[in-house]
Order: sequence, then structure tokens, then C-alpha cells
Amino acid sequence: MADPLRSAPRLDGAHPVRSTSLDPDGGDPFGPRPAWSAGVRLDTGVEPDRVVDTHCCFCGQQCGIRLKVKDEQVVGFEPRYDFPFNRGMLCPKGIKRYLQGAHPDRLLTALERDESAPGGFRPVAYERAIERTAAEIRRIQEAHGRDAMAVLSGASLTTEKAYLMGKFAHMALATSNIDYNGRLCMVSAGAGNTKAFGIDRAANPWSDILGAELIWISGANVAECAPITTDYVWQARERGAKVIVVDPRLTPIARTCDLFLPIRPGTDVALFNGVLHLMIENGQVDRDFVERSTVGFDEVARHVAEWTPAKTARTTGIAEAAIRKAADWWGKAKTSFLMHARGIEHSSHGVQNVLGAINIVLASGRIGREFCGYATITGQGNGQGGREHGQKCDQLPGGRKLADPEARAYVAGVWKIAPDELPPPGVDAYEIFRKIERGEIKGLLSLCFNPVVSLPDSDYVRAMLGRLDFYVAIDFFLNETARHADLVLPGSLHEEDEGTVTTAEGRVIKINKAVECPGEARQDWRIVQDLARAIGRERGFTFAGPREIFEELRVASKGGVADYSGISWEKVERQQGVFWPCPADDHTGTPRLFEPGSWNVVARGNGPFYFADGKARFNVATYSPPTEVPDTEYPLILTSGRLISQFLSGTQTRRIGPLLDMDPEPFIELHPHLAEHLGIGDGVWATAETRRGRLTLRARVVATIRPDTIFVPYHWPGRKSVNRLTIAAQDPISKIPEFKACAVRLRAATADEAREAVAIATPSRRPPLPTTGG
Amino acid sequence: MPVPADRHFYIDPARCIGCNACVQACSECDTHKGVSMIQLDFVDRARSTQTVPVVCMHCDQPTCAEVCPADAIKRTEDGVVQTARKARCIACNNCVLACPFGVPKMHDEANLMMKCDMCYDRTSQGLKPMCASVCPSQALFFGTREEIEALRPASRPVDGFRFGAQVVTTRVRMLVPKSFSEPLLAVTAPFESAPEARTASASFDPLLANLYQESES
Repeated sequence: MADPLRSAPRLDGAHPVRSTSLDPDGGDPFGPRPAWSAGVRLDTGVEPDRVVDTHCCFCGQQCGIRLKVKDEQVVGFEPRYDFPFNRGMLCPKGIKRYLQGAHPDRLLTALERDESAPGGFRPVAYERAIERTAAEIRRIQEAHGRDAMAVLSGASLTTEKAYLMGKFAHMALATSNIDYNGRLCMVSAGAGNTKAFGIDRAANPWSDILGAELIWISGANVAECAPITTDYVWQARERGAKVIVVDPRLTPIARTCDLFLPIRPGTDVALFNGVLHLMIENGQVDRDFVERSTVGFDEVARHVAEWTPAKTARTTGIAEAAIRKAADWWGKAKTSFLMHARGIEHSSHGVQNVLGAINIVLASGRIGREFCGYATITGQGNGQGGREHGQKCDQLPGGRKLADPEARAYVAGVWKIAPDELPPPGVDAYEIFRKIERGEIKGLLSLCFNPVVSLPDSDYVRAMLGRLDFYVAIDFFLNETARHADLVLPGSLHEEDEGTVTTAEGRVIKINKAVECPGEARQDWRIVQDLARAIGRERGFTFAGPREIFEELRVASKGGVADYSGISWEKVERQQGVFWPCPADDHTGTPRLFEPGSWNVVARGNGPFYFADGKARFNVATYSPPTEVPDTEYPLILTSGRLISQFLSGTQTRRIGPLLDMDPEPFIELHPHLAEHLGIGDGVWATAETRRGRLTLRARVVATIRPDTIFVPYHWPGRKSVNRLTIAAQDPISKIPEFKACAVRLRAATADEAREAVAIATPSRRPPLPTTGG
Repeated sequence: MPVPADRHFYIDPARCIGCNACVQACSECDTHKGVSMIQLDFVDRARSTQTVPVVCMHCDQPTCAEVCPADAIKRTEDGVVQTARKARCIACNNCVLACPFGVPKMHDEANLMMKCDMCYDRTSQGLKPMCASVCPSQALFFGTREEIEALRPASRPVDGFRFGAQVVTTRVRMLVPKSFSEPLLAVTAPFESAPEARTASASFDPLLANLYQESES
């Protein structure tokens, strides 16, 4: 490719950062421009033409919401009081999500790279873009083999689209190389759950939180990342529950907890092992349950013998007395709910952290019963459904394994191909970029994934995009990754399509279409089918719509662990959601897994867990430090996470004015002791440096974070992106990146750095308030 | 139709997570689109994530109405203190200065005081206010006394507030722990004590109190 910016070479680990008119920090016809209410959205007394019951497009809780439509535009929302999960409750993102529609940055045509055009792209006819994409795909696959085309997909897509993306890659492209952005999110929990329970789903519905007498929350900023869950936790507390929160930051959910354990980032497995050690010492293990329903306890017990309270305290940075108190409460509780999220999962030993958590749940015997629960709080909108039906690199629909001959034969039968035509398992999303570096991947199709912002060591990711022969992106806004594309195909917003998603609880729900796609934009599944047709592999890609895709998905998932075969769209509407597995038409679904006496497809009556003997697995959970630990050169720990006002890489939420107004800029959060030691005042520019990059942001000095740790939210691109600093270390099993801990040094910014930071700071662009009222 | 007499607005600041859902939802209200009537603030962000949402308390004898020279602020029969009537408001700011809770805001572009009217367009139609509908932690709640008693067994509602010598009673109730037995919330009490007593807790660090162990690595 001729574009010198796109072929930025990797020089000994340094990746030059592009700074041109395409720089996402600068002004640009593709934005991001924050939108505020205007026109009909600001008028009072507007009667909507219709109100559509659907769900929020953002996090894994998938709150019910009603969208108001006027003149084929979503103009506002109404609380959806009848949906049982959230009963009208919403966070600010859901409330303002309608501002992503009719947006000035919306892609209304296909785009073709043209350096002379404003923003670097010129409009191109959709059909022409499809033809050119197909020609490039054919050329690349003929010249370099089928695996030379890669697909990056996403977990904010409906399950129908996720299924179609997996099918498109594995059948139409016949490439091994598809993976998705859930790789950044839930995979450590998924791998841990599969190892311990044989199934990857929250074990309980959230209603089981309400009656638990002890709630244990590890590495989950519940109030900001899963806001509605706050009400469940606090309602349990009203009924007398104690709440333990484990986090390096005293987040809003921790503010009123009964016991706060300010853990050193990256050491969670040590805490869980220490708690199990004390449970054994105090005789608080449920021996009956362990004997009857699990295997592997003795080996785990031997392993945690070394995790004395003193060693646990040294490793985790939590006072020994607090660890003892937590273990005592956990050991004595009659009912409990343990939940965790990315805080323990975003680690180079994320699976070990999850297994440690599951070990203390299994040892307590408090699972598979009312008010006895365990769950990861899935982060992305369809983080659950998006990880079940074949867009993961090693997966086929129904949670089946691509390496499993029986699974291949079954799915090939559904798809009417020979099992041999299915490719072998591929590699994870980050490895796809390493394959680009090695020249093994030459072409890329992406949808619903913004790796330039969301992957660690993102200067490397950006440089690798420059090595591609051809990159086509499907998107509704030109996100920071799509800016590196040769072609962009205009896709659909959440409210412009229908389908199902599966919530953090494992509840399959229905997304309803509120409006049509504008301009030349169209539903993503149409675009994918157009591509299949254009490359001459149309067979199997002639669905008339998402309902037909779902009907095939039901068949494809039948008999798998994630069995959707008994779920129909009608049943979903009628029951306000259906919890999978749901293996038959007369089955109402499975809200709570692992109930004594329950049947499942793997154990077939031998027990409640998803192994042939029906028993859960204890797994030795081994502590190892984060890949990078503080040293004299980089003496602090950098951790990253979300803010309530933003979602993931910010492609949508940085374009919504009222949300951007809440947090116009990222910041560096640090403790007053550290601030004093470094001479950094609240609100001044500070510079954080890691072995990968440097970042200058304003300091936020607060006592609610460990003094050895700094925090930066990750929703911003370019020179405001913390992922230029994070480390590309990955868990060996789940391949999740270690976003939550790397070594960093911090200092007051130099005058030059501060000037540069001021130059790219976001001014408040809120227009004057309206003058109506009264 | 009036706001039902048995439905009340309850504020539970202990539950506020500072998410701004109330602020954002308020600006979607059909009578004042684009403008929020709710103020949400950190109490002391340097030391805590505690936030407090401020909505109109709907006083039984509203100070704002009492000081209004133009008689622009009406309290309806159902106990809701309405926003200033545009035809009467002279934008004098008396209400802004007088309200002990700091609720009324002057909107200079419109020359009009605007404030929370408990979503009168909704609550008078049997719906919940926007903010209390969406609040993810139910720090803002709208419902009956029986409902709130069932939901918050450890709390009790207070509807009396003392500001210096002034005592006001309100339609909106503040939830306090049952262990707090005073009949009134003495809002200004901390400012009435000697300054040194107020700074006693300034050095408290929740994280360093007794939970944190210095690194030995």
C-alpha cells in the first residue's frame, strides 16, 4: 500500500504514531463530534409516532428501555417498567443512547480511501465497494491461502449476527482466523467456568443476589460498569446481607460495604487461596457437598496449604486481619453470592484468578440453590450470546469446539457442507495482529471491534494495520480502527435491526427494530450476505432476516451445551426472556444452573454439573505475579477501567454530548500520599510512562485508590489512550490481555507535555441552553 | 388529576452512586427538554465517592413562594411546588437566594426561574418521576410508605429539616438510618460548631485506616 502512514514500521518496539488530518484527536468530517438534543428532540409536546419496547445497546445487563420514534427518528426514551430485570431503571448511557441516531458522523455511504478527500475517504457506491471487497478477498485467498483473510467481530452484535459472522468466516471464507472483542472481556471467566463447571454462563439469575446473606464482589466496579446490579446488592444488604468488596479502588459500591479489601492489582488468586486455606483451617468446608458433587479438592487443599494469612497479606497488600475477617464471614455464611468482573479477569493469570474464586464457592457448597450463587458480570451488550455461537476462534455454534470431530460433523451437517471443509481452530484477536506482522494474514474484515483503542500496546496494533494488503471495515461511525481501512461499508445501529441477545444472567431477550437504516447504510447481516454472494459462496447465506438466522441457530445449537433449540422469539417475548439451556419446545428455560437433581446434556442425569460424572472440578489455582511488576525504574502499578459515562472504546459514547460532558477527558487517578511524594497537585498535568509509551493527562488526587497504584480510564483514542501504555501480555489459556496491571512511573508533566496536552484537550462544546420553558 | 396523596418521593443519599442517570433523565422531561432540574455533587471527592442528588423537597410552606414578590410560585393542592409561572416571574432571584436547599435556578436566557416540579406531567398521571424511575441504585424512590418500609427496613423517612432557626417540613422525605433518632435533620449543625470540631476527620483515610498493608516486595 502506498500510504506511508499505514506502513509505519516497527522499530525495536517503538511504533511511530501518526499525526495528520486523520489523527483522531483532530477536527475531521467523520468526527467524533458530540451530539446534543436539537429540533424535534428538544421540542415539548411531541407525541411520538410509536414507542418500541427494546433493550439498551450498551452493557451486558441489557436493561429494558422504550424508544420513542417520531418521523422515523428515535427522539427519546421512556422507562420500561415491565421488564423484570431493571423495572425502568437505567444508567445515563441508556438514557442518552438515542443521540447516536441521526448523528452528523453517521456513515451514510460506503467509503473508499482517498488521501486527497476530507478525512481521507471519498464516498463510493455500495455495490462497487462490495465488488471491490470481493475481488480483494479472492485475490488474497488465491495468492496466499484461505487463512490469509482474517475476521474481527464483536460482542455487541446480536446473537444472530455473531452466529452469521462465525458461519461466514468458517464456511464462506473457510478461514481459521476469526476472533472477537470478547477476547478482551469475558474469556478468562469463560475458560475458568468451563474448567470448573463444564459450562460458561452465570450460574444464577440476579434475583438470587437478593436473599444472599453475604455478597462477595471481586474486581467489579459494579456501580459504574453494571449500575443496575447495585440495586440488587444493596437490596440484599437491606435484608441483612454483608457486602465484601475487593478492589484496588474504593469505588461507589465499596463506599458502604461492610468490608473493603484494597487488593494490589493482579494478586486476586492469592486472596482466594488464602481464604480457602482459612476455610480448611477453620473446618468451614462443606465436606458433604465436596464429597458428593466435586472432584479435585484434596490437590487444591494441598496447594493452598502454603497460603497462610501472613503470606496472603504480603502478596495481596491487604492487612492480615481483614483477610481473616473476610474468610471468617465467607466460611460461616449460610447463603452467598460471589461475583467478579474484569478486575480479576484482565490478567496474565486471569483464568487462575477465576478458578481461585470458583474454588471458594465450591468449598462452601453454596451453589445451585436459591440465594447461593456465583457469576461473572459480563461486560458487553451481548457478551454472553456473542461468546456461544461460533465467532470465537476455537468455536462452533452451541458452545461447541471447532476441534471436536463430533461437533464439526454436526454443524457441517446443519450447514450442508462436508466436515473437512471446516477449517481448524484459529488464533485469538491479538495473535491475529502478530500473524499480520509475520505476513501470514494479508486481508482483514472487521465489524464491531475497535482494536486501535481497545487492545493493549495499541501503537503496535496500529502499525500492523498498515501491513495489511487490504482492510475492509463495517461500521456505523468511522471508528479509530476503521480509519486505517481501504474500504468502509456502512452498517447498522442497534435500533435499526432486530434479533436476540443473551444478558449477563444468561437470559435470551429480544432486540426490536425502531427505525430503518439511513442512506445507503444497511443491516450488518445484509452486508455479510452481499459479500458471500460477491465472492461466489452464496450458499448458506440467503437468510431473509434475523428470524431465519435464529431458526438455523436453534438447530445448530441443539445438543450443545449452549442449547437454544427450545427458544423461539415468541417464547422470549411471552416470558420476558428465556434462560438457556432450553433444549425443547415445552421447556421454559434454566434460570439457575446446577440445581440438585437437574439434568444436563453432558452429565445426562449423573449430576448437576456439565461433566460426564456430573461433578464440578476443583482446579489448582496458581499464583504468579503480573507479567510486569514494579521495579526501581517503573515503581508503580498502572490499572485501567471504565467510567459510567462511557462505553468500551467510546465509538458511540464519545459522540453523545451529554455523556462526554460528564467526563470530557480521561485522567490519572492517584492517592494523596503518592501525589505529595511526587509533587503532583490535583488537576495538574501529569505524565505516566511505561516501557511502551507515555501519556499526559490531568491528575485526580483522591484517597480512594491504593497509594502504589494509578488508574486511567480507557475509552479514549490517540494521545489520550491508556492502551498505548498497557502491556500485551496475555493469559496462556484465555488469551485475555493484562489490562489491569503493568509497571509505570509517574511525574509532573514538563511544560512542553502540558502544552501539547492542552492543545488536544476537549473543550466543552455544549450549545447554549434552550430558552423555552414555563 | 392530582399526584396521589399516598405516593411520596424518598431520597436515600447513602445509596447514591453519582451516576448522573437522574440528571440525564431529568433533561428528557417534556416540560423542560434539554435542561436538568437536578443538581448532583460530590460531597468531598478527594476523600470519598459519596455524591448527593438535590431535587426540590416540595416544602409545606415553601420559602421560595413566600419570598416571591410576583406570586409566581404556586404550591398545588397535592403538595407540589410548581416551577415559576412564566407570565409572572420577574427573574428577581429572590427564590434562588432564599431556598434553604438551594434548588431554584435562574435561567437567564429565558428570564425565568425553573425548578423540579416532581415531574408533574408524569406524577399527576400516575407515573413515577423520570429521576426516580431510572435511578439505578434507587437512591431516588417514588412510591407508597408501605413500599419503602418493605424495601428499607433499616431506614426511616424524615420530613423535617432545620436550617439555623428555620424549620421546614417537606413532601419529599429523606431516608435516615433507624439508629438516628432525632425528629429533624439539623442540616446546618456542622457549621454552627467551632471550626476545629469540623476538621477533626480531615485526616481520615478510608483506605489506609486498617485495611492496607505496605508493600514488602
